[in-house]
Amino acid sequence: MQDSLKSSSYQQLEQKSKYTNMFLRWFLYFILILFASYFIFPLYVMVVTSLKTMEEIRQGTLLSWPSGLNLESWAVAWGGRGYGAGDTFLRPYFWNSIKMVVPAVFFSTFIGAMTGYVLTKWRFKGDQWVFLFLLFGCFIPFQAILLPMARTLGVLGISNSVVGLVLVHTVYGIPFTTLFFRNYYISVPTELVKAARIDGAGFFKIFFKILLPISAPIIVVTVIWQFTQIWNDFLFGSTFSFGEAAPIQVALNNMVLSSTSVKEYNVDMASAIIAGIPTLIVYVLAGKYFIRGLTSGAVKG
Amino acid sequence: MKTLKIEELSKNFGSTEVLKKINLEIDEGNFLVLLGPSGCGKSTLLNIIAGLETINEGDVFIDDYNVSKVEPKDRNIAMVFQSYALYPSMNVKENMIFGLKQAKTSKEKIQKQLEKVSKFLQVDQLLERKPSQLSGGQRQRVAIGRALVREPRIFLFDEPLSNLDAKLRVEMRREIKKLHQQLKTTVVYVTHDQTEAMSLGTNIAIMNHGVIQQNDTPEKIYNKPSNTFVADFIGSPSMNLIKGNLKENSGDLLFTVSGSNLEIPIKDYDFKDKSNLNNKEVFFGIRPEHIFFKKFNESDFEINLRADLSEYIGHEQIMTFDYANQEVLAKFPSTIKIDLGKETKLYFDLTQVSLFDAQTEERI
Repeated sequence: MQDSLKSSSYQQLEQKSKYTNMFLRWFLYFILILFASYFIFPLYVMVVTSLKTMEEIRQGTLLSWPSGLNLESWAVAWGGRGYGAGDTFLRPYFWNSIKMVVPAVFFSTFIGAMTGYVLTKWRFKGDQWVFLFLLFGCFIPFQAILLPMARTLGVLGISNSVVGLVLVHTVYGIPFTTLFFRNYYISVPTELVKAARIDGAGFFKIFFKILLPISAPIIVVTVIWQFTQIWNDFLFGSTFSFGEAAPIQVALNNMVLSSTSVKEYNVDMASAIIAGIPTLIVYVLAGKYFIRGLTSGAVKG
Repeated sequence: MKTLKIEELSKNFGSTEVLKKINLEIDEGNFLVLLGPSGCGKSTLLNIIAGLETINEGDVFIDDYNVSKVEPKDRNIAMVFQSYALYPSMNVKENMIFGLKQAKTSKEKIQKQLEKVSKFLQVDQLLERKPSQLSGGQRQRVAIGRALVREPRIFLFDEPLSNLDAKLRVEMRREIKKLHQQLKTTVVYVTHDQTEAMSLGTNIAIMNHGVIQQNDTPEKIYNKPSNTFVADFIGSPSMNLIKGNLKENSGDLLFTVSGSNLEIPIKDYDFKDKSNLNNKEVFFGIRPEHIFFKKFNESDFEINLRADLSEYIGHEQIMTFDYANQEVLAKFPSTIKIDLGKETKLYFDLTQVSLFDAQTEERI
């Protein structure tokens, strides 16, 4: 008698906990969907607007679905309308940005790796000070170096050129890339370097043969970081370059602000998306390693 | 010709003196263990021999050739590290031949060496694997293999067993011993483990605070420690050091402790200096394993001490006795039954006694 009573009350409790869990689960999904839509909403508006004609934009609402897959504004944003003066479009500036980003990311990452290697594996007197000053470089506001940098570029004769921007971004990136690599290499046992020295490998051989092959995670982190920073930079681009040498962010700004007659929202949106796509691609391709690389210093392999 | 000779070597990091006037010699084929507590400078000394650290004063000679300013790769040495230091991106084969390739050895020679060594160390099945796919013992073997293929004059080992678990450590210890017996190459081996030092070394140099305290055979280190540091460092539990005085009584020398009427006769002790022994303040050193529960030798000296504590550790027990308010430890088989709190008859083996000056802590 007592046993059956007991088991039925257990059944009730079991049922109750099942409902509670179910409710909590639904609640959780609700919150997650809410937050996700909060973040995805602007992108949605951008994409649908870029696919609408101006007529539709004027008549419909912000959220309304486009009538069809109208890619004309994308074509205009990328390649222009084809008439001569005053027509700004992104294609040449996109290539400017690529020509700026690729070498700048490469050089700043490489120099950062080298510096990190020296600061951890070839310690010298005062190396902490060097590192401290480099760290200090991370906190110097962009605006503070504008004038000295403009002067430097002028003296070097590379102002208003992609080469000049490559130099600026490389120099400004070194503190960050050094910090990344230094923190990564500090967890690599120094005995590896000792063993390699006894085996007869020199400074560069140890770097290229022993350390660089195990640096993939931190290289990915650094490349993503630098790519995003440099691609999205507007201040350096607008200060040190104008006209033909401008990177895409500057061109986007000019394009959106310089429309004389009607504001073409669809073209603006398409341009903004085009300017943002490369960073998105980098994240999608390497995002997995990004997380792994960020935490790899903490958990020793 | 000495395979390795170190002369008046000093090293400091900033204002910290790590090594003070070290002198050391090793004959061909010997196995020298540098033993000491952490921070005594033994690893620094090894790194200096390898050429990985610079010298402030003094010289290092290998085969009578001054190598103090020679690059590590040109010293004809090979080193095995605590963390194995296998190159993570290379497989076992590439790891082992990396040094030979750097030295531009011919392909045939490399192949021959690799085959010989990998067979010898039984890693020939693992050549294509990455270090991360190996077990601790295998990694250790590959690390030794990487040192072996270079056929060095001297092997340097930096605490190579301390990353292994207890069982594997004992196995690898025996393998290193066998290896040395077969190859007869000169070895310098750093450890803080006295069992490793005792079982492996033909010579042990005990270091403390950057100074070599004693450099001797394991037997001499154990039986005739040259100061109280060595006496205390070697042995588990360590040597009993009873503080007291020497007294001369009608030609016989006696050891007495104030507050006790016990007198231990000192006979046939090999004094370094026989003068001024009367009333000298000394430490009377006797190892726990040289105190017996029954008379084994004719010369054993009978003494009554109170038993205070018993620690059972399986095959044996460690008993603590009271000697005029000083603790004396003894090691007995665990089958012996001794009542606590009672006076117990003990026998000191007086042939195994060490005496130290209480002031200088040096053996007398």
